[in-house]
Amino acid sequence: MTTTSKDPILVVLQLSGGNDYMNTIVPFADPHYYDNRPLLQLAEDDLLKLDDEVAFNPSMGPLHEMYSRGDVAVLHGVGWAGSNRSHFRCMDIWHTAEPDEFASQGWLGKATRQIDPNGENPVTTVNVGQGLPRALVADGVSAASVANIDTYGMLTGVERAEQRAQMLDRFAKMYAPAIGRGPVAEYIAKTGTDALNGADMIAVAPKQYQSDVEYAANPVAQRLRDVAMIHTADIGTRILYTEFGGFDTHAAQATNHPRLWSEVSGAIADFWDDLNGHGVADNVTMLVFSEFGRRVRENGGGTDHGAGGVAFVIGPNVKGGQYGEYPSIEIDKLVEGDLAPGMDFRGPYAAILDDWMGIDDREIVGGEFERPPIFKN
Amino acid sequence: MSDRQEVALMAHLMRRAGFGATHDELEHLVGQGYEATVEKLLSPESQPDIDEALLFRYLPMTEYITAAEHAQMNWLYRMVNSPRALQEKGALFWHHVFATGLDKVETANTMHDQIVTFRQHGLGNFRDLLVNLARDPGMIYWLDNQDNHKRAPNENWGREHLELFSLGVGYYTEKDVYECARAFTGWTFTGKSRGLAYPPESWRFDYRAEDHDENEKTFMGFNGNFNGEDIIDIVVRQPACARFVMRHLYSFFVEDEPEVPKWPNERPKNPEAIDMLCDVFIKSDLEMKPVLRALFNSDFFKDAVYKKVKNPAEIVAGTLKMTGAYNGPNPDWGLLSLEPGTMGQDLLNPPTVEGWHTGGEWINSGALINRVNFVADRLRDTSSPGVREMARRIGNNGGAMTTDTFIDRCLFEMGLDSVDEETYGQLASHAEIGGPIVYGENGEFDGFSERVADMLALIAGTKEYQFG
Repeated sequence: MTTTSKDPILVVLQLSGGNDYMNTIVPFADPHYYDNRPLLQLAEDDLLKLDDEVAFNPSMGPLHEMYSRGDVAVLHGVGWAGSNRSHFRCMDIWHTAEPDEFASQGWLGKATRQIDPNGENPVTTVNVGQGLPRALVADGVSAASVANIDTYGMLTGVERAEQRAQMLDRFAKMYAPAIGRGPVAEYIAKTGTDALNGADMIAVAPKQYQSDVEYAANPVAQRLRDVAMIHTADIGTRILYTEFGGFDTHAAQATNHPRLWSEVSGAIADFWDDLNGHGVADNVTMLVFSEFGRRVRENGGGTDHGAGGVAFVIGPNVKGGQYGEYPSIEIDKLVEGDLAPGMDFRGPYAAILDDWMGIDDREIVGGEFERPPIFKN
Repeated sequence: MSDRQEVALMAHLMRRAGFGATHDELEHLVGQGYEATVEKLLSPESQPDIDEALLFRYLPMTEYITAAEHAQMNWLYRMVNSPRALQEKGALFWHHVFATGLDKVETANTMHDQIVTFRQHGLGNFRDLLVNLARDPGMIYWLDNQDNHKRAPNENWGREHLELFSLGVGYYTEKDVYECARAFTGWTFTGKSRGLAYPPESWRFDYRAEDHDENEKTFMGFNGNFNGEDIIDIVVRQPACARFVMRHLYSFFVEDEPEVPKWPNERPKNPEAIDMLCDVFIKSDLEMKPVLRALFNSDFFKDAVYKKVKNPAEIVAGTLKMTGAYNGPNPDWGLLSLEPGTMGQDLLNPPTVEGWHTGGEWINSGALINRVNFVADRLRDTSSPGVREMARRIGNNGGAMTTDTFIDRCLFEMGLDSVDEETYGQLASHAEIGGPIVYGENGEFDGFSERVADMLALIAGTKEYQFG
């Protein structure tokens, strides 16, 4: 079967602020964990164990169930050498797949260009949320960004349909390629064209969507519901991106970190239930990542910016399990007090691009990185 | 300079140094002169403040702020109505640079208090501003300095202070971050209550000497028992600090620069301008007014018309000014305060400590749709006094006019000098739909104003209108 609806689809959930790896995937068998986390350590009895050494945070019940079913790949020690602990820079590096120099194009923007080189479908790539993440930006690519899916469309305030059609037609012609007015003006013109076309397509999604799944009222659940809405509308969207913040737990981590993960893992489970209920889960893979892990030694009530972290790849085409090694917590193995990343993040990127999306990753990740075998054949 | 050029230049100044101005205001300011207007902008105390009692009487939630939209409403109301335009624009500038957000701070009146601080100190001395920032409870909580203890330093404020607020990456070491954190131990706040207090309580700066690390510190090559203010004194004397702040200033007021992380590798678009501004800034001992004066009076500023993509606050406040319908409190302000957020600028809640990505990055298909819809919806309302006034001026006291004249006047009202050929062609075709354009005696005004409103809505959708 070669219908477009069965093309591989990628959903990305970005956890902003720097998720604490050690209290997400807890190395409970390692005494150094308890030494470094006198206040924030989690009791072994409460943990959701993956094996004899590591366990999920107790608030990750729904994700643990999915792990037990073999749908979750846990990527240990993800990062890159020489991380500088800046939110801005580290998120930029994840977005551009370029740790060594400053790049302006995003890895998924470039992927979008390969999927849809002539920009024929303005909703090939869609962000759910405000603004457009750098990951989706690339020259000549326009990704849609939907803050409120129910009212998405241009001049929706013009009541007379004929007048609106007339004005939209003017816009369509005004946004014809504007050569020689500078790159930003050209970009705005192209965005205008894509906005008009994309809005017509996305308007379908909330109208035809029905679901038995009741998502929670928190932002991450609502955003994943909108992602599900767009996916189920079958409008040719191949990359869906959304973001959830609050992981910068310098303080009050004991209360906030479990709450965040309870919301995130509940939302992820609801999302997959929804897709399964619609029978449209089989061609979807989800990546969950954060810009860095946090410092090994706690600071009194929280943790400071660190390096190596954890990422998750989730879905029916994933070979569940753990990939890579948990970085050593022994003091002389740390890099300036941080976990040393053992898995370059561009390895999983290459796996997702090449093994899942069928996209040539060389131009995007720029080099050869060890690719974890996370996908079924 | 022709009258029209003078009005256009004044409109540029008021868009950048404020949130725009009505045509009547512009003509009045042209009469006073450009440099005199700059001086007026630089001395907000010479202008009356808004009538706060009136605002609070009709919209009491703007006084007793307990939710994000209350604080946003208060600020947007000021952006539209404050006679102290540069004071508000300066507060927005510092909010861009010292990005602090409700996602974490949660208490809206605390964020409101921070904006009040920017309003009070934003046009003053940069060193004093940094000290006030370091004492700001919202900032302390945003960067966890309440958890920066003598025995357990927390680096968050120390790092961001150097990376994002004063020097930029490459001008400090990890050791400097740590020592900076130590120097700010004991800088905390009180007044954070559990649950909701009504009226809401302001958080207050609190220095706890017993939690301050009194030992020797080594910071940027200096040794001493430094406290926070000593650190700031060292930081602001670094040449990197002046360059960092001036590049921000240029990017916000003159011309979009690349994103901050690229600064170490990409030269400024106009290095001479940055040099000149640094020079003024350092010579005036880090006073903001002399440097803003030099900036607004410079040729590079006057030549920078339409070299910036308008930020959402500018779109919203500028449009509301144009309509003339929001000169006082009314129930619409509640919904209006949400508008910048739908365009990608949730005021008082920037996405991260790095603030918003600006320039072309304001525009994506979703944001563009919301920008165009907002302006079009407001300007298609022919009952609003501003739109009626614009229609009268475009009509120019009656008679028929050519399509070119009609479009030209409409563009001018929207603050645009010209649009490209294709855009112009579409505006012209649309203008001609209704036959000859006549602004006739009384009875024909309504029909004419409808055509004006339609044209203004179309102009709102042009790519040119996204620049300011």
